[in-house]
Amino acid sequence: MPVSREYFAIREIFWLFPLERFVNKKIIRVAKVVLDMAQRGIREYDAKRLLAGFLPQYLNEFSYKGDLALVGPETNLEELASTHPWLKTAKLVVKPDQLFGKRGKHGLVLLDADWDGAKKYLQENMGAEVAVEGITGRLSHFLIEPFIPHIEELYVAISSNSDGDNIFFSMQGGVFVEENWDKVVRFHVDVLAGMDGVDIKSRLPEDLGEKGIAIENFVKALWRFYAETGFSYLEINPFTFHNGSIVPLDMVAKLDDAEEYWQRKRWSGLAFPEPFGRSLSNEELFIKDLDSKTGASLKLTILNPEGRVWTMVAGGGASVIYADTICDLGFAKEMANYGEYSGDPNTEETYYYTRTILDLMTRHIDPRGKMLLIGGAIANFTDVAKTFKGVVMALEEYQEKLQEAGVKIYVRRGGPNYEQGLTLMRSVGGRLGVPIEVYGPETHMTRIVPLALEDASA
Amino acid sequence: MSKNYVLFDRNTKAFVYGYQTNAIQRMLDFDYICNRPAPSISAIINPSRAGIHKAFWGSKEIILPRYKSISLAAKAYPEADVMVNFASHRSAFETTMEALAEESIRIVAVIAEGVPERQSRIMSATAKKQNKIIIGPATVGGMTAGAFRIGNTAGTIENIIASKLYRPGCVGFVSKSGGMLNEAFNIISRNSDGIYEGVAIGGDRCPGSTMLDHILRYEENPAIKMIACLGELGGEDEYRIIQALKEGKIKKPLVAWVTGTCSPVLPASVQFGHAGAKADTQKETAQAKNDAFLEAGAYVPTSFDGYGDTVRQVFEMLLSQGVVLPLIEPEAPKIPADYSKALTSGDIRKPTTFICTISDDSGEELLYAGKKLSAVMDEKMGIGGVIGLLWFKKELPDYAAGFIELVLQIVADHGPAVSGAHNAIVASCAGKDLISSLCSGLLTIGPRFGGAIDDAAREFKHAKEMDITPEQFVNDMKKKGINIPGIGHKIKSVKNPDKRVQILINYARANFPRTELLNFALQVEELTTAKKGNLILNVDGCIGILFLDLMSSSGVFSKVEIDEVVRLGYLNGLFALGRSIGLIGHILDQKRLGSRLYRHPAEDIAYMMPSSEDIKCKR
Repeated sequence: MPVSREYFAIREIFWLFPLERFVNKKIIRVAKVVLDMAQRGIREYDAKRLLAGFLPQYLNEFSYKGDLALVGPETNLEELASTHPWLKTAKLVVKPDQLFGKRGKHGLVLLDADWDGAKKYLQENMGAEVAVEGITGRLSHFLIEPFIPHIEELYVAISSNSDGDNIFFSMQGGVFVEENWDKVVRFHVDVLAGMDGVDIKSRLPEDLGEKGIAIENFVKALWRFYAETGFSYLEINPFTFHNGSIVPLDMVAKLDDAEEYWQRKRWSGLAFPEPFGRSLSNEELFIKDLDSKTGASLKLTILNPEGRVWTMVAGGGASVIYADTICDLGFAKEMANYGEYSGDPNTEETYYYTRTILDLMTRHIDPRGKMLLIGGAIANFTDVAKTFKGVVMALEEYQEKLQEAGVKIYVRRGGPNYEQGLTLMRSVGGRLGVPIEVYGPETHMTRIVPLALEDASA
Repeated sequence: MSKNYVLFDRNTKAFVYGYQTNAIQRMLDFDYICNRPAPSISAIINPSRAGIHKAFWGSKEIILPRYKSISLAAKAYPEADVMVNFASHRSAFETTMEALAEESIRIVAVIAEGVPERQSRIMSATAKKQNKIIIGPATVGGMTAGAFRIGNTAGTIENIIASKLYRPGCVGFVSKSGGMLNEAFNIISRNSDGIYEGVAIGGDRCPGSTMLDHILRYEENPAIKMIACLGELGGEDEYRIIQALKEGKIKKPLVAWVTGTCSPVLPASVQFGHAGAKADTQKETAQAKNDAFLEAGAYVPTSFDGYGDTVRQVFEMLLSQGVVLPLIEPEAPKIPADYSKALTSGDIRKPTTFICTISDDSGEELLYAGKKLSAVMDEKMGIGGVIGLLWFKKELPDYAAGFIELVLQIVADHGPAVSGAHNAIVASCAGKDLISSLCSGLLTIGPRFGGAIDDAAREFKHAKEMDITPEQFVNDMKKKGINIPGIGHKIKSVKNPDKRVQILINYARANFPRTELLNFALQVEELTTAKKGNLILNVDGCIGILFLDLMSSSGVFSKVEIDEVVRLGYLNGLFALGRSIGLIGHILDQKRLGSRLYRHPAEDIAYMMPSSEDIKCKR
């Protein structure tokens, strides 16, 4: 494929601006062709916002207003108070909102505070480093909502598996729900039959008394809301009755991000934050952005930037096997990255992908040299020659750096036009003066791993 | 219908949803090398257009029908029981449900990635309820060796031949990963008598059919002697297989490996390439699953590297037990090489039908006579320069390009009354579109209107070459009874000179190295205007003559080239090109004004009928 003029234009821009310029998060959200479909956690703020916004469509008497305020590192608190006047009048709860639980246990929840107390708490905790369940990270987002004094703590959760959805309910909610798991009632919702035919009423605990009807209606409506808003997990633990109406106190939720196309309206303004303690590097963000703009799949996770074994593997399945083999051979600590590219990316995309990896791997010099595994199975339809052309362009650009860092390259690949692709790789090695070993489908897929690692230990 | 455990056989007929021409050709190529009696594709379903699609069957071409809807296709081809669904993740659900609603469609392969889990579950449950099968989503599909392939499964023909997929072996294979399917075919073909059937269920969390579903089919199928599967960390699918092993539902030897053993040493938040590949509990880790497989009696290698060895070990065991009989290898079939591929690799050649020497769009940048378009812009070559490149294949000197531009400007329009503009206006008023109206105007250009440039150039050039005097030239033409082309004007005269001619002459005098032919023509003009005041050198003549002066004095053109320019009639092109500007203007003008149909007034026409006597034929 000829390299277009646009490509060179893009390349120039790429040099002019640092990588961050490329990462327009809005674009990621709006233009995303969802290919990395998975269940992804959302903030409690967003979960409650969705609940307040859309549950009333299924449950008239649901009167929860969704008084919620999200504070991020750049939030101007005075502006926030002017758009959310209740902040200055109500008693408040403040808690971190970063996809981790057990916040109470870690002493991170401020209860029954006034606005000044909340501000003080935010000042003290914004940016603070905390360790939760062995993961260390910085606090950056907090949820503020009105404090609801309560005694009763109820539990409801919905999860999904291949047979359908399961609804869990317990009167013993809150932090003790796991200890009291035998008190949890489970309702199964069949994939096709839905809520029809699920008998909730008769299986609710008798102790609920008059509230039984309210709970039954709430659970039924909650499931419909869950199914029609793209959720894949939802937990309200606890919720309580305040002035006779149901109020969620703590909420955890995951969405199936493949639903984005159907949920554009309901999900508008919603973000998928990274898991706590994990902030994406510029390079990871760059690849993520690239991935969001193409029908192909491009993934990159940096594990150890100073590791000596780098991989660039085609295919979701094959990439895992390469990682397995590296670990099997005792090189887990040296494994610098996990990633994959697949779905027939074009020459430009593989150029950027390769360039990002080459840039990362040639930053630190290790006297023992480094290994780059350009691996992959026998492709079904990805054009090997086309993708390798992009790889070669990046290799040529990094010639000097590759030599300086003592990089040795190992290639194994098959599939459409693989002969041409492999010839391209062989010739670039000679031309650049970078050692490169090239294998095709006649060689076992992961054979290059021991070859590279033997060299790495030598 | 065939037995339930059979997905595909050599008579399987399928629909392809989505206009995936490569995948369609790959399916047909596979059918062909498998010696199938007929192609496996009954029809293509493509919501945007019905019609036909032409594809290769070996070296011949065949026609496949294209339908706009699944139900129309199903009605026309009730024998097709498979739909290969290439619909995007946005419409995969809808189209799959539509296919499941057709009684005749039994199997749907869903290729799209990114189908929501809830939609996958509904597709899956609906299919199960009807005793139908879904493969996917997020997969390349699957194939039965020597019988049928789904879309791109097993990749290129070379790969199919290398892995001997054109004839059945005895191994049933299933994996999650579509990308690993081909690799597994390769490994298995090297270590056994090859694949009987291979399916990739897709990497999603809620696949339409599970690995166990397919393994149980393999167990039932007497042609399959051993089963191989390749699982992945995450999910509990593998435990269903293990449970079935323990319950004795799987009796055939099963080679199993679960990938993702590296996950314990990686950060928990790493999402592998597949959505389903994430271990949420210890039980879902690859290691736990591999251990459980081993304990349940499966053949489990120590790492993926040993997968092939384990397959070989089991296969040789079956061979020695006589469960598998040695296979008599049929001859490896051939498929004609694809023209485009063979051409790129230099294996074939073919004389071309057309030659083009003026522009080239096949490279990375458009070329005009070998010059990059960007260079044309950078050097500000202008319209004149571009005409130089595309008409004359020359980089003209600036004054020459400038002359061309001058000519174009001068001839751009000459009012609404001249034939070309009049015709264009009448056509435009008749409601014809821009291009038709333009053509109607251009069609008037010829010997009497605007077409005298070439003729004038030809005659004056001839006179100059014969080295005759202006007097001789005028006399010769008179003797021949020809009006001298380029001389004479309807309105303009010596007293009322044509401003356009003066502009051209001034430009030439100021810029051209020499203007020999012009000088000659002006001498001719002196003679003709002496006879009659309007026999002046007109615009057509002036352009033609000056162009010849330009070519002969610039040093850029050889004599042969100049002759060719005159012979081929290049110069009328200048008039046609320039005047098109004016014609388009007139056409748009009429459209803007909303002009109605033009009808010439009857009083302006002299009606003179022949008498009845006149029209009688003499016999």
